[in-house]
Amino acid sequence: FAGLADVSISEDIPVEGEITVPVGSRSPDEDFSTLDEPVRDTIMRDLKAVGKKFVHVMYPKKSSALLRDWDLWGPLVLCVSLALMLQGGSADSKDDGGPQFAEVFVIIWFGAVVITLNSKLLGGTISFFQSLCVLGYCVLPLTVAMLVCRLVLLAGSGTISFVIRLIVVVAMFGWSTLASTAFLADSQPPNRKALVVYPIFLFYFVISWMILTFTPQ
Amino acid sequence: QGGGSAVIDMENMDDTSGSSFEDMGEMHQRMKEEEEEEAEGEAGAAEEEDGEFLGMKGLRGQLGRQVADQMWQVGKRQASRAFSLYANIDILRPYFDVEPIQVRARLLESMIPVKMINFPQKIAGELYGPLMLVFTLVAILLHGMKTSDTIIREGTLMGTAIGTCFGYWLGVSSFIYFLAYLCNAQITMVQMLSLLGYGLFGHCITLFVTYNIHFHSLFYIFWLGVGGLSTLRMVAVLVSRTVGHTQRLILCGTLAALHMLFLLYLHFAYHKVVEGILDTLEGPNMPPFQRVARDIPVVSNAVLNTTAKAIALTL
Repeated sequence: FAGLADVSISEDIPVEGEITVPVGSRSPDEDFSTLDEPVRDTIMRDLKAVGKKFVHVMYPKKSSALLRDWDLWGPLVLCVSLALMLQGGSADSKDDGGPQFAEVFVIIWFGAVVITLNSKLLGGTISFFQSLCVLGYCVLPLTVAMLVCRLVLLAGSGTISFVIRLIVVVAMFGWSTLASTAFLADSQPPNRKALVVYPIFLFYFVISWMILTFTPQ
Repeated sequence: QGGGSAVIDMENMDDTSGSSFEDMGEMHQRMKEEEEEEAEGEAGAAEEEDGEFLGMKGLRGQLGRQVADQMWQVGKRQASRAFSLYANIDILRPYFDVEPIQVRARLLESMIPVKMINFPQKIAGELYGPLMLVFTLVAILLHGMKTSDTIIREGTLMGTAIGTCFGYWLGVSSFIYFLAYLCNAQITMVQMLSLLGYGLFGHCITLFVTYNIHFHSLFYIFWLGVGGLSTLRMVAVLVSRTVGHTQRLILCGTLAALHMLFLLYLHFAYHKVVEGILDTLEGPNMPPFQRVARDIPVVSNAVLNTTAKAIALTL
């Protein structure tokens, strides 16, 4: 270390800066602290974010809001409401003919995880939770279809009601697939889009199938 | 001071994830710096608190906080290292490196038996196509189970479908791989998974058609034709990679039997019903998909004839 002996700073260059070492973070008083605001503000902010994303799904334009601030509240609400509405649609009340709550829940989340892993393995640039968020939010049209189907089934269950339900479910299935493709396909290399779209198509097809074949007791 | 860093170093040495000496050195350095900070903070706090008459409480609180912080850092580092080692999906990435055109070509090839069996045939070790085919089979099976009102008592429809398809793909692949190992065939596990997965394409087509058009003889034609073609292809590829007549016979016989029997099983176990179609033809008031399977084996021939005539008339 002989060469370091003559390293020195000449005295006419002012040395400036802060020497104090921050001991701890000053979180309680910072601008982004949300701990002190009223609960109503927190809930309203989250609800507004979820609502904005619902609007993005219904009118899929090129926007990155769904991707940038992902959240899983919307998918959870949609999944739970869909599973509740699909419950108990069995032909014979004694046996388990229809999908139960746990089944629908597991299908949706397991399917979304598999699609996400698949798109990541194919070279996608989107992150795990962003993809889950998009897939979950795009279940919204199918939930609307389920509502419509239940209302139509209240009126009667003949051939006409079947045709109406078929049309509604097919339209919503197409909408879901298109909406999720619009958000997810951009993150893939261009020649592999079909490889990513197919599992999404299959996933929404299975959900649509469960909705279409639902018959109340 | 020395006691604290020794504990942390021991933890690092027990860690078998192969941390390099540089890592350990760096961590040791960081620990030392943090402890120097802590020692300074300690000294500063001691002076302040002695001056402010707070006593030992403030000192212990700050020390405790810093030790907890250290433990958290170490734990987080170890957890992220374990996670990046074991939950790394990049291990599977090379098996998904495929273009849509290749997938389509392989799907079509899976129905064409190769003629040249004296030369080992190439099998692409790809997992995207087989995985998608298994999921498609699950979806088709669900469709078949729903339209025939299959009642599963100990479980759920979805669970049964997924269990059957994945169980077949993974289980039979492993079994045939084991047999291939015994018979000295040149095939790896990924290649076997890929081969069997693409062989399910024939099953998908057959079931898709016969779950919608309920004709037993049509099913048998498809079983022999489409199922047979895909089985022949798999058998030909395996034969090209095995030496010796007995070995070829064992391996290919087992695979052919399992593959064809699986298709038969899928059709009959999950889809009961020619009788049910008559109900929908005769009963306009009954909602669709509410068919009840009736047991009228004596009249089934008459039923088949009537159905055939009805279809012929409508065509």
